[in-house]
Amino acid sequence: MRAFRVEVRVMPRATLLDPQGRAVEHALHALGFGEVTAVRIGKHLILDVTAPSKDDAAARARAMCDRLLANPVTEDYSVLVEAA
Amino acid sequence: MRRVAVVVFPGSNCDADTLHAARAAGCEAYFLWHRERDVRQADVVVLPGGFSYGDYLRSGAIARFSPVMAAVAEHARAGGQVLGICNGFQILCEAGLLPGALMRNAGLRFLSRPVWVRVEETDTPFTCLYEHGEVLELPIAHGDGRYAADPRTAAELEARGQVVWRYVRDNPNGSTNDIAGICNAGRNVVGIMPHPERRIAPVLGGQDGARLFLSMEAGHATQHAVGVRAVGDRHPGV
Repeated sequence: MRAFRVEVRVMPRATLLDPQGRAVEHALHALGFGEVTAVRIGKHLILDVTAPSKDDAAARARAMCDRLLANPVTEDYSVLVEAA
Repeated sequence: MRRVAVVVFPGSNCDADTLHAARAAGCEAYFLWHRERDVRQADVVVLPGGFSYGDYLRSGAIARFSPVMAAVAEHARAGGQVLGICNGFQILCEAGLLPGALMRNAGLRFLSRPVWVRVEETDTPFTCLYEHGEVLELPIAHGDGRYAADPRTAAELEARGQVVWRYVRDNPNGSTNDIAGICNAGRNVVGIMPHPERRIAPVLGGQDGARLFLSMEAGHATQHAVGVRAVGDRHPGV
């Protein structure tokens, strides 16, 4: 077994209202960052795992996302695996 | 006298009010700790409001894997009646027992105030003593109350009469189609964001919520519930 660091990014689905992102966008505009045209806010999870291979670690991480870490109704996720 | 199990998760905080409301309506109500694996022959299972597991990750996301939830899902599958109030509604959605999800309020603030909802469906175990179209004043207390469903799911809910309560006058959280509460296709599983258990007597500021619990005690049989109940041995004697 080898050690991996899995980074999971969970984002609200693009078609749904993201009020947090909207509020931050407005705040940035108020601070003079008018070039910002959209802000979306999600979650970043870092998991330390052991697995036989990088592919196994990624497959397990996707299973974790499907079952718990992301809500399939409202969120999309992506998984990045690196050797620890 | 109907047996009503009020599930207690770590972080539930409306469990005692809900138990009281069920008993005041004449039900035989009892607490069911979330680690139990059996609903103890409940006629109705209620998932109360609160902040199970601190709302960590997403509201209801962790509670839905509590041991008791397998029994709740089995109870629902067999036609048994299930009510989720506020956090309970969030848990039912996370568990897939109700469609859609509850997201952060559009205005981002936690809201604790009365709202008005219209009773859209009286053919459920929890609204059978209300009049269709009646407007109720009930309090909300939530940060994640914006019901969201994809357009197809929302259209199906409307077409099949699964929108049970709808916000009127104003929509406090930006929910899809002003939805305040829904039921599943079998009409035996119901979720509501406002808190009926907090309005069951004039001394509490109103009693618009009382008939929800009286409906429960009245034992309205949904179209699917009757035939299926005797199949499992979870409901002997019914």
